[in-house]
Amino acid sequence: MTSPTTPPAIELVGIDKRFGAVHANKSIDLSIARGTIHGIVGENGAGKSTLMSILYGFYQADAGEIRVGGAPVAITDSQAAIRAGIGMVHQHFMLVENFTVLENVMLGAEGGVLLRRGTAAARAELKRIEREYGLDIDPDAVVEELPVGLQQRVEILKALYRGAEILILDEPTGVLTPAEADHLFKILGQLRAQGKTIVLITHKLREILAVTDNVSVMRRGEMVATRKTAETSAEELAELMVGRRVLLHVEKGPAHPGPVVLSVEKLTVRDARGVTMVDGVSFDVRAGEIVGIAGVAGNGQSELLEAIAGIRRPSAGTIRVNGEALGADGRLDPARVRASGLAHVPEDRHHMGLVLSFEENENAILGYQTDPKYLKGPLLDIDAIRADARAKIERYDIRPPDCRLRTANFSGGNQQKIVLSREIERDPAVLLVGQPTRGVDIGAIEFIHKRLVALRDAGKAILLVSVELDEIRSLADRILVMFAGRIVGTPPADADEQEIGLMMAGIEAREAAE
Amino acid sequence: MDLFDTLLIPVLASTLRLSVPLIFTALAGLYAERSGVFDIGLEGKMLFGAFAAATAAAYTGSAWAGLGAAILTSVLISLLHGFASITQRGNQIISGVAINFIASGLTVLLGNAWFGQGGRTPQLPNTARFTEITLPFVDQIRPIPVIGPIYASVISGHNLLVYLALLAVPFTWWVLFRTRFGLRLRAVGENPGAVDTAGVSVAWLRYRALICGGILGGFAGTYLSIAQSAAFIREMSAGKGYIALAALVFAKWKPVNVLGACLLFGLLDAVSIQMQGKRLPVIGEVPVQFIQALPYVLTVILLAGFIGKAIPPKAGGVPYVKER
Repeated sequence: MTSPTTPPAIELVGIDKRFGAVHANKSIDLSIARGTIHGIVGENGAGKSTLMSILYGFYQADAGEIRVGGAPVAITDSQAAIRAGIGMVHQHFMLVENFTVLENVMLGAEGGVLLRRGTAAARAELKRIEREYGLDIDPDAVVEELPVGLQQRVEILKALYRGAEILILDEPTGVLTPAEADHLFKILGQLRAQGKTIVLITHKLREILAVTDNVSVMRRGEMVATRKTAETSAEELAELMVGRRVLLHVEKGPAHPGPVVLSVEKLTVRDARGVTMVDGVSFDVRAGEIVGIAGVAGNGQSELLEAIAGIRRPSAGTIRVNGEALGADGRLDPARVRASGLAHVPEDRHHMGLVLSFEENENAILGYQTDPKYLKGPLLDIDAIRADARAKIERYDIRPPDCRLRTANFSGGNQQKIVLSREIERDPAVLLVGQPTRGVDIGAIEFIHKRLVALRDAGKAILLVSVELDEIRSLADRILVMFAGRIVGTPPADADEQEIGLMMAGIEAREAAE
Repeated sequence: MDLFDTLLIPVLASTLRLSVPLIFTALAGLYAERSGVFDIGLEGKMLFGAFAAATAAAYTGSAWAGLGAAILTSVLISLLHGFASITQRGNQIISGVAINFIASGLTVLLGNAWFGQGGRTPQLPNTARFTEITLPFVDQIRPIPVIGPIYASVISGHNLLVYLALLAVPFTWWVLFRTRFGLRLRAVGENPGAVDTAGVSVAWLRYRALICGGILGGFAGTYLSIAQSAAFIREMSAGKGYIALAALVFAKWKPVNVLGACLLFGLLDAVSIQMQGKRLPVIGEVPVQFIQALPYVLTVILLAGFIGKAIPPKAGGVPYVKER
């Protein structure tokens, strides 16, 4: 794209950063050509975010040099990064939600002590940027009332308004529907055509292959490889990220569904504000099958899962496990639900699945601590609990293999394995799984997926909720798509992504309309 | 008409007088809380301010020196709170409560050491106080029915600080919604990350908000000791800092609402004073303790049920730490 004589947009030389004992970035070298989209991939904790934070002035590198357009710059804070023409779109939007679009764009670049003159200028400038890049948005809309895709557009506008030539996007598609993501990529292409340089951080290899020109891989704080996107493959990138060969797709045979184990009938759930989150949903899950619920986050999947698990009280409808209605006696709580043969791997393991300050062995029995096998009279049988935890650590390859370690010190993948082992080892008839691989590295994803398939093959009923469409498509035997609290489609397991994506956005595909 | 002159007019005038410390203090809290820093220490700031004003006025004989000393002291206390809760990222509630305890003890201790009157400061002559101002044309307007007495007895005849308190409300609104500082202040209380990534220092912004609060706290203290009264008396803030916080919540952190809320609390207070010793039909004489408790009881009731959902600044009470 660029002639060899033009200096790269960004050049990092020997960037090094430590946080106490953690060596987050080990002498990183990276060169990003002007006018390209450059992907950076790596597992959680590989150091991608740290590196980008250094580039955006959030942290200072301990050693190394940053060059922008060939000239060394000292990026001491975000203001310096902005001056150097670097803009960042954060994974968690840095927006003031009760401000208007215009106020958010102006913040930090108001153009004077009083707002009035700056506001008029900003409005005009925003109009110009909108025209130039086709990013139209109502400047007076309040941000919290905008859909996520548009909120992200505000973040991009903020960067462009400050004159960014280099745009860093950190996991930008995590909260988007497939259609919104496609739209974002179109915008990125347009920005590239205008000569902007884009750095895309993601863990979704498919996106990297679809939109980037070059891709760099990080592993454990090191930059292990840079490839031309056209000359690499998902398999190679995954191997570079993990350091060994990884199976990217799940190997599973056909399902052999048995009798209905979990049956949900006309379930309606309202949240604390009285808003209907789940609206008369009915479905069955049979023994020996995985039913996947696809949907963009916030369309009622979480509430559905919590209602079935007994955490949230439904306002109408019945839930049956093996034909028996839960809470028929008017009493419904998670312990009773569990006693009826249902286990739950919650979506948010930090807030619901684990107590992070507990030791691993304490978390390994959490919720089952009244089981007689963990008790000696009225007291906990510590020896039995630890022996049990050690056995699970071995079977689930939880690392480090230390049942006395504080749970917070395990990686995301290993934390998830702790929850999974606890729930699966109860031998439930039904397993509810929410976002089983959120924040989990590729190696552990492979393990978790294999476990779930093995559980299915052992004749258990599994209800899987995930916002990762890839995960649903590769694991589920049947797919239900949720939108605005309803099941809007039941695409076949081999339906193509676009079709499901449309349903997730609430646009009924022809097949689903009948 | 008799009731109008003997009851309504005095109650309204006293409402205004009693509201002033609440207005200053609630606005002080507004700056702090809009920036994301809880400020339970308003009570302590007011008390320190009152003590500093009375002490400086006693030594110098100048009310203005008193005001200056009060502002300086209150700002210093604010900076202390800022150091604990912004720089050291300590718990903002604990820091504020500590300030209140220190204020309650230290003012009495120093007062006794310097003046030997059991914590009181010497009685000030009127020249060392902010005294009542008569607005122009009072005599011409007074004979006009209704408007006349209101202008002459409710609007006119207060000290300078009363009028400053009333001006502080639109001024705060203007700062908050029409200046760059205000935009950033509102942003930092909602999402400090947005301010930080825009290249603006979160800590310095919050410090400035606390300094604004400190200045207003100084005005509140000055009003108590050398405008409303003529000396500092131990614990003379008497919980007004907490009432002001309640008013702030009641006002949903909006400047103009703050004025309304403070006037309402002032009215309750004024009515309770007016009711003392009065006999009501059927009930007979109402015990004085009940009357005195009334504003507080109503505060609880109002806060519990009548304001609907008050949404505080989202980042309130949370020290800002850059995420890894």
